[in-house]
Amino acid sequence: VTKREFLKGAILFFPAGGLAALVRAAAVADTGTAGATKAGAADAADAPGRYDPARHYYGMGIEVDRCIGCSRCVQACKTENDVPPEPFFFRTWIEHYTVRRDGEVTVESPDVTGRRRAATPEDREVLRSFFVPKLCNHCANPPCVQVCPVGATFSTVDGVVLVDRDRCIGCRYCIQACPYGARFLDPRTHTADKCTFCYHRVVKGLAPACVEVCPTQARIFGDLRSKASRLVRFRRLNKLNVLKPSLNTEPKVFYAQLDGEVR
Amino acid sequence: MTPGVPPALGELLDQVTGFIYPNEIEIHWALLIVVYPYVTGLVAGAFILASLVKIFNVAEVQPVYRLSLLTALAFLLVAPLPLNLHLGHPERAFEIFLTPNLTSAMAMFGFVYAWYLMGVLLLELWFEFRRDLVVLGQRTPGLRGRLYRALSLYSRDVSPAALAFDRRAIRVITVVGIPSAFLLHGYVGFIFGSVKANPWWSSVLMPIVFLMSAIVSGIAMVILLYMVITAARRQPIDMACVDTMSAYLFYAVIVDFSLELLDFVHRLYESEESVKILGALITAKLFMSLLVLQILLGMFLPLGMLVLARTRRFNEDMRKLLYFGAVLLIQVGIFATRWNVVIGGQLFSKSFRGLMAYKLELTGIEGLGVALVLLALPFAILAGMVKLLPTTRLAAEASEPPGIGP
Repeated sequence: VTKREFLKGAILFFPAGGLAALVRAAAVADTGTAGATKAGAADAADAPGRYDPARHYYGMGIEVDRCIGCSRCVQACKTENDVPPEPFFFRTWIEHYTVRRDGEVTVESPDVTGRRRAATPEDREVLRSFFVPKLCNHCANPPCVQVCPVGATFSTVDGVVLVDRDRCIGCRYCIQACPYGARFLDPRTHTADKCTFCYHRVVKGLAPACVEVCPTQARIFGDLRSKASRLVRFRRLNKLNVLKPSLNTEPKVFYAQLDGEVR
Repeated sequence: MTPGVPPALGELLDQVTGFIYPNEIEIHWALLIVVYPYVTGLVAGAFILASLVKIFNVAEVQPVYRLSLLTALAFLLVAPLPLNLHLGHPERAFEIFLTPNLTSAMAMFGFVYAWYLMGVLLLELWFEFRRDLVVLGQRTPGLRGRLYRALSLYSRDVSPAALAFDRRAIRVITVVGIPSAFLLHGYVGFIFGSVKANPWWSSVLMPIVFLMSAIVSGIAMVILLYMVITAARRQPIDMACVDTMSAYLFYAVIVDFSLELLDFVHRLYESEESVKILGALITAKLFMSLLVLQILLGMFLPLGMLVLARTRRFNEDMRKLLYFGAVLLIQVGIFATRWNVVIGGQLFSKSFRGLMAYKLELTGIEGLGVALVLLALPFAILAGMVKLLPTTRLAAEASEPPGIGP
């Protein structure tokens, strides 16, 4: 039994599968209002009660200009996924960029510093300022999966990069290989950990926690395989970029209005 | 506070300069991973020195042939320990053999290691020592004699034909062994050199630089051990042997330095996106370990000492002292080299906007104590082996048929 088959089986027998079908049925009946909170639900082509990973391919869109840096996504993620509370374990985080008129760029993460440490520059000194949400890019060509010596980190058929914590040996090669700093070592399990796109929610037709709570809908989750998904619409209407494209990791988190200062 | 969180992480947060990705605060590959390439480098270097005798017929190095092989074995036996201790789940380490991910450079470790240990080093050692083990097994009584007989795998044939076969076997194994030693350490370099996310590591030169520095450290270590062991035995040091080895050492250091200089100049000239943060890394974090320890004290000074010792302007004692000082400094320099690669590569953010800090723990599994024990262990193993096994071929005995002698 491969991991893939195992996961598939596990999902099929998931008791909440029926519940997901109900949610999905409700979504279909109510397509007009099924917004970000039911991403992928309206366009799910699965038979009721059955989740077929082969029919999906997930990604995320981020509209940089909509992010207000409130960090609710960060808190929601920590709560939903039981991420350690310390300010150096994150599955998602916010970066605050300030570009001054003299060209100097300062970046900080409000999730780490809490209250801002650096003195707020005078408004007239600031050229532009913006927030950028970061998370695992669920790369189509993921360096972390390539280097894992035991195959504990893997790409699912539906385009999500996951870690099998029962298999991970804790060598941390994947953490070194990730260009985005998206991984950490869970101090409780001594295994690598990272964003899963809230896979446990997604397979039930729900949106990831960070997407669910974003008050400005700066995050758009969806199915790249479905023409009707919000993500596909987002990709049609915006000029997009990904982080560190030169590394050829083929990220599936797409940024609109991404500033050149963001790495 | 979540249980299991290293307590130092909170303090390190205050030592960050600039911006780093929040998860980057932890230095994941710490001191034990510095020890690992240092130790495997010594294995490869010592073996390549031994190969000079068998393949290139450098007769002057013959006195250290066996010592080199034993040194390689002692360090090879310890090499997997730092890796295993460093794992989050050491009990799952065997998964690397059972379910290796074939695209992972690290997954090949088990196979490269096993091949080198079983297919090369132990085999060559057995053929080299077989005749002596047979002789010792016959003339040593008691438990020790039994051990010799067991180590000889209960072979008894010391006929000229059998000894000729041993010699041929050693030659073949050495021919296979040189590329294997290159593989063993070049591969360690590849583990780092192939991480495209990290500009300090990502370099095609990395395996070659690792290899050359391995040769440097291995030769220097064998010279050091030879001088110490010979002095401890109150025997005269074979200066022709030391001169020859240090000549090879001299050229190896030159090549090693040239490669690293090439890497440095190449990065500076290409001046890619990462050049600024790497410059900051060198000046702010690695000044002592890179410029002072690795380059100045670990390369330039020993090079000067080697040149001085070879000019023969000094008497023998002074030359010995210069050699001894040089090889000692080279060990410090190569350890600093490993440190600069492993730790240095984790002291700057992949956002290229900030620098992290590393706090060396004294206790704990990743601490200085464990590292020192691991570094001392090969010497203890080597001491045991040198006590048990003759480092020079035993003289022929009167009862033996002719043709067995040294």
